[in-house]
Amino acid sequence: MDFLAIVNNAAGEILSPTTAAFALATIGLNIHFGYSGLLNFGQAGFMAVGAYAFAIFTIMVDPTATLGWPVWLSFLSAVLVAILAAVVFALILGIPTLRLRGDYLAIVTIAAAEIIRFTVRTQDLTEVTGGSQGLTGASYKGDLEALNPLTGSTYGFGPWTATAYDTWVRIIAWSIVIVALVLVWLLMRSPWGRVIKGIREDEDAVRSLGKNVYSYKMQALVLGGSMGALAGVLYVLPRAVQPDNFATTLTFYIWTALLLGGAATVFGPLLGAILFWVLLSFTGGIIVGLHSMGIFGDMTGTQAGQLRFVIVGLALMALVVFRPQGILGNKKELSFNV
Amino acid sequence: MGMVAGGAAAATAAPAPQTEPPAPYNFNGIIRDGQTPLEGVEITVTGNGVDETVATGADGRWVVGVPAQGTYTVSIDTSTLPEGVTLRDPSFESRELEVSTSTSVGVLFPFGPPAAGGGGDGGTDGEATPAPGAEPGAGAGAGATSNDFGSQVLARLISGLGFGLLLALAAIGITLIFGTTGVNNFAHGELLTFGGIIFYFTTTIANWPVWSAIIVTLLASAAFGWFHDWGIFKPLRRRRVGLVQVLIVTIGLSIALRYFFQFLIGGGIEGLSVDRGAVVQVGPVAMTTSNIVSTLIAIVVLAAVGWFLTRTRIGKATRAVSDNASLAAASGIDVDRVIRIVWVLAGVLTGGAGILYTYFIGANIKWDMGFTILLLLFAGVTLGGLGSAFGALVGAVFIGIVTELSTLFLAPDLRYAVALLVLILVLLFRPQGILGRKERIG
Repeated sequence: MDFLAIVNNAAGEILSPTTAAFALATIGLNIHFGYSGLLNFGQAGFMAVGAYAFAIFTIMVDPTATLGWPVWLSFLSAVLVAILAAVVFALILGIPTLRLRGDYLAIVTIAAAEIIRFTVRTQDLTEVTGGSQGLTGASYKGDLEALNPLTGSTYGFGPWTATAYDTWVRIIAWSIVIVALVLVWLLMRSPWGRVIKGIREDEDAVRSLGKNVYSYKMQALVLGGSMGALAGVLYVLPRAVQPDNFATTLTFYIWTALLLGGAATVFGPLLGAILFWVLLSFTGGIIVGLHSMGIFGDMTGTQAGQLRFVIVGLALMALVVFRPQGILGNKKELSFNV
Repeated sequence: MGMVAGGAAAATAAPAPQTEPPAPYNFNGIIRDGQTPLEGVEITVTGNGVDETVATGADGRWVVGVPAQGTYTVSIDTSTLPEGVTLRDPSFESRELEVSTSTSVGVLFPFGPPAAGGGGDGGTDGEATPAPGAEPGAGAGAGATSNDFGSQVLARLISGLGFGLLLALAAIGITLIFGTTGVNNFAHGELLTFGGIIFYFTTTIANWPVWSAIIVTLLASAAFGWFHDWGIFKPLRRRRVGLVQVLIVTIGLSIALRYFFQFLIGGGIEGLSVDRGAVVQVGPVAMTTSNIVSTLIAIVVLAAVGWFLTRTRIGKATRAVSDNASLAAASGIDVDRVIRIVWVLAGVLTGGAGILYTYFIGANIKWDMGFTILLLLFAGVTLGGLGSAFGALVGAVFIGIVTELSTLFLAPDLRYAVALLVLILVLLFRPQGILGRKERIG
C-alpha cells in the first residue's frame, strides 16, 4: 500500500476547487439551518439551478459573441443570471412552505431539488440542457479561459500542483469562499443576524417584538440559496455539467460536512467541507490499498470502494447523536426542534 | 458518485507519472438496429477528466479509451440515430458505468419500442456483455396492444393501480412509524431494497424454491424492522434525542445501508431467476402474470392490514398511540411495545413490497431501487395525510396512477417529477392532506 500517495491525494483535496464549491454550498446551508433553523434538504437543487443557469446562459445567449460585450462582463452576467435563478427558486419554495412546520420545508425542498434534476435530464429538453448527458465543460468555459491572467503551465507544489486554468479556478473559488465567510461573520453580528438567530430560538417571541418572521426567513432562504447557486457555478467550472451530480446524495453530503464542522459557527462549514473531502479521499485510498492486498477477495475495487460511503453514513448518525454541535459548535446555539 | 469521481480528478493534479499506454481501459460496443449496423451514431464518454465523443464506423463499432479506473458516463446522442430508431428504454440514453478490473467494458444500447413490463427482458441488440447501470424501470406494468387513446389510458390506469398498491404497502409503514413516533424515516426505502436483496440471495444465489424464499425474506424483514427499533430508535427515544436529529440519523442510516447494499451486490442491475409468467391479454390490455399476481397480493395484504388496525386489540392500540401517545400510555397501553410492533409490521410490509416490486418491475434488482421511490412514498403519505394509514393507501394509489398517466403526455423520464409536483401542490393548497387532521401542520 503506497501510504504516501494516499496522504498526498488526501492533502490535495484541501485546496481543490471542488472543496471550495462544497464549502460555499455548506456556508449557504449554514445560513439556512445553522442560523435560521430552516430545514433545507434541497441545497443540491440550488446548486443545479446555479450551474445550469450559468452554463445555459453562456451557451445560448453568449453576450461576447452576440452583443460584443467584453469577456469579463459576459462572465459576470452569467454568474448574475445564476444567482437570479436561485432567488426565483427560493421564492417559489419559500412562499408556500415558510409558514408551515419545519419538516414540510424539508420534504418540499428535497422534492423540488429532485424535480429540477428530473427536468434538466429529460430527453425532451436535450436541446437546452443536454438531457441526461449534461453539458460539456468546453461549451461554457471560454470566457473564463479568456480571462485567465496565468500563462505558465503548472503552479503550486507537492500535492497542490495544478494547471494554469485549474489554478485560476482555485483563486476565484477560494476568494469567493473568503468573501462569503466575511459576509456571514458581519451579518450574524448585525441586528439582522440577531433577529435571524432569535427566530431560530423562538419564533413567537420574535413575532411578538413586531418583526415579520416570514420575511426574515425568506431573506435567509434567498441568501443561503444564492450561495448554493454560486457554489453550483464553481462546482462546474473544473468539469462538465452532469445532472446526476446534483442528486439528493449531494445534499446529504453537504449536511454531513455542516454537522461535522459545526452548524451556527462561521468557520464550521469551511472546516467541515475540507475535512469531509480529505477523509473521503483518505478512506478511499486505504480501501483501494486493502483491496490490492486481496482483503476483499475477488470483489472489484470500485465495489469495495463503496464502503467509504457506508462510513460517511455511520459517521453522520454518530455525529448527530453524540456531538450534534460538531467540532467547532456550541450546543446551546443549536436548534433541532421544529 | 460522479461528484466523488470529480473530486478525485481534481486531486490528480499531483500526478504519479503516467507510464502506461495512453488508454489502458476502454468502453466499446456495436450499435445495431436488429442486424443492421448503424453508422455515424455519436457516443460520448465523460468523467474523471475524460470528455470524448466518437462516431460509429460502417460496421457500427465504436470504442473510447479511458486512462483510469472509475465511474464514467456513457451516453448516446439519439439525434444521430436514423429516423424511426429509438432506444427501448429512454434511461439508457446516458448511463454511469464503472471501469474496474476488466480492461474493456461492453456497452449496449437496445433499440425498439418500449418493452411492456419495464425493460428487464434482457434482449440484446449489441454484441457486448450485458451492461449494468440503467434505472430499473418502474411502472409500465401493462401495455396496450392497440394504439387508440382509450386503451392506452386503460393500460396506464391498470399499471398505475398496481404500482400504487405496491407503494401503499411501503407507505403504510412510513405513516405508522410517523404516527406513533413522529419520525420521518428517510431510510424506509432501504427496508424495501432489503426485502428485494434477501429475495435475490435466496432465489437466485442460493436457488431455493420461491415459497421458502418468500418466507425467509419476510422473516428477515421482520427481524430487520425489529432491529431498527431495538438497535437504533429505542435508544434514541431513551436519550430524548430531538426529532430533527432523528430525521438526520435516518438519513445517515439510509446512506450507510444503501452503499452497503451496493458493496454486496454491485452497482448494476441484477436479474432474478424468478419466472414472471406468461403474458395475459385482457381486452385491449396486455400484462404479465406477475403484474396480476403482485397486484392481487397487495390488495389482500392491504385488506389484512386494515382488518388488523380496526378489529384487533393491538391494532386499536396502535391507532390510539398514533392519536395521542401520552393519553394512550395513561390508559394502560404499553407504548414501547406498540412501537416495536409497528416497526416489525413496517419491516414485513415493506420487505414484502420489496419482493413484489422486484417481481413487478421485471424480476430485477438494483442497490438503490428503494431510495429511487422513497420520495414517491413520501408524496403518497403526505397526500393522504401524515400519520393516517388509510390516507397513505389512498395517497399512494393516487401517486401511482398519476405517475403512469403522466407518461401519456410527457416523456417517461419525467414521471417521478410529476408525482413530486403533485406533492408540492398538495402542500400548497391542503397541507394536511386528503384524510389528515389540520393540527399536524403546526
